[in-house]
Amino acid sequence: MRIWTVSIALLISTQLMAQEIPAVKFDGIEDLISEKSDKVKVINFWATWCKPCIQELPEFEKLNSDNQDVEVYLVSMDFVEDMEKVERFVAARKLKSKVILLDDISYDSFMSKIDKSWSGSIPATLIVDGRSGKKAFYEKQFLEGELSTVLNNFMN
Amino acid sequence: MKHTLLMALGIVSVAAVLFTNATDNIELEYYGVGDYAEDFNLKNVDGKMVSLKDYSDAKGFIVVFTCNTCPYAKMYEKRIMDLDQKYSSKGYPVIAIMPNDENKVPGDSFDEMKKRSDEKNYSFPYLKDETQDVAKAFGATKTPHVFVLNNVDDKYKVEFIGAIDDNPKSASSVSTKYVEDAVDALLDGKKVPKTTANAVGCSIKWSES
Repeated sequence: MRIWTVSIALLISTQLMAQEIPAVKFDGIEDLISEKSDKVKVINFWATWCKPCIQELPEFEKLNSDNQDVEVYLVSMDFVEDMEKVERFVAARKLKSKVILLDDISYDSFMSKIDKSWSGSIPATLIVDGRSGKKAFYEKQFLEGELSTVLNNFMN
Repeated sequence: MKHTLLMALGIVSVAAVLFTNATDNIELEYYGVGDYAEDFNLKNVDGKMVSLKDYSDAKGFIVVFTCNTCPYAKMYEKRIMDLDQKYSSKGYPVIAIMPNDENKVPGDSFDEMKKRSDEKNYSFPYLKDETQDVAKAFGATKTPHVFVLNNVDDKYKVEFIGAIDDNPKSASSVSTKYVEDAVDALLDGKKVPKTTANAVGCSIKWSES
């Protein structure tokens, strides 16, 4: 009986506590990239309107739950005016990876800081070793299984 | 295997960047600013084939890779139409090219392109890059993606690559109009002030082969 109450309470609270999505300017992402950590940070740039981004999201979710050495950040490039849409999307898909909305349209100045080769299409993904600062950047959609291979190669 | 390939590609692209700085004679896989673009022959929504050489009076071109479906392309549609209105008569017409694989994006089929062009009364050609070869040659990666070309003795020099302006959300809040600044400079016989400008766009939907 007690267990039931607790689990129901937990269930309700997790439903209510769908993740809060912070809206940040680019310096927030810069901090995330440069912050020292003992994990590998996988920072994916996506948007709710981007079909190939949505297609590859399960790969990132899987990585986030399966690999303890990795932290996945899903950086939404949706406009901040569409925050509700992003929140609904994240709740409906029950996304567990940390979602951040990048509320900054000074694209020309910040994109080259992510990677000089980035022409601006999404999906795009930056992988950063939190210890060494080593980076790898991919302006592409990851197909099934591809992300874990890329990551294994990055870590070894 | 894939990794080796990626590594090799990585090394090639790093090498390409290094060598371009060192010398201008290296042939890149796609155009950079200062390169000459090859002419193309693509089907317009009216069924006629269009090439750059058909425009014998053009001083240059505003080539825009765009499509019906990408939200950013939609946000910029009116601004693309305005560019043609403003610059076609001055010798820099807009040429719109739709590069997406219609099997992946049915909303970008030839019929849908024709519909959109008719509905909005495009004053410029809206061409279908059926084989996607033109997008690949240019190095277009997204929609919208603009290439401003200058006609130099019937060769087409790439003078600008990138975004139309710095505010996709609102045309009235734009502070820098990258494409207009580039074309205005060319019209004045001056150097283009900013030759590349990054912006978000929808990745081109390549066909699988």
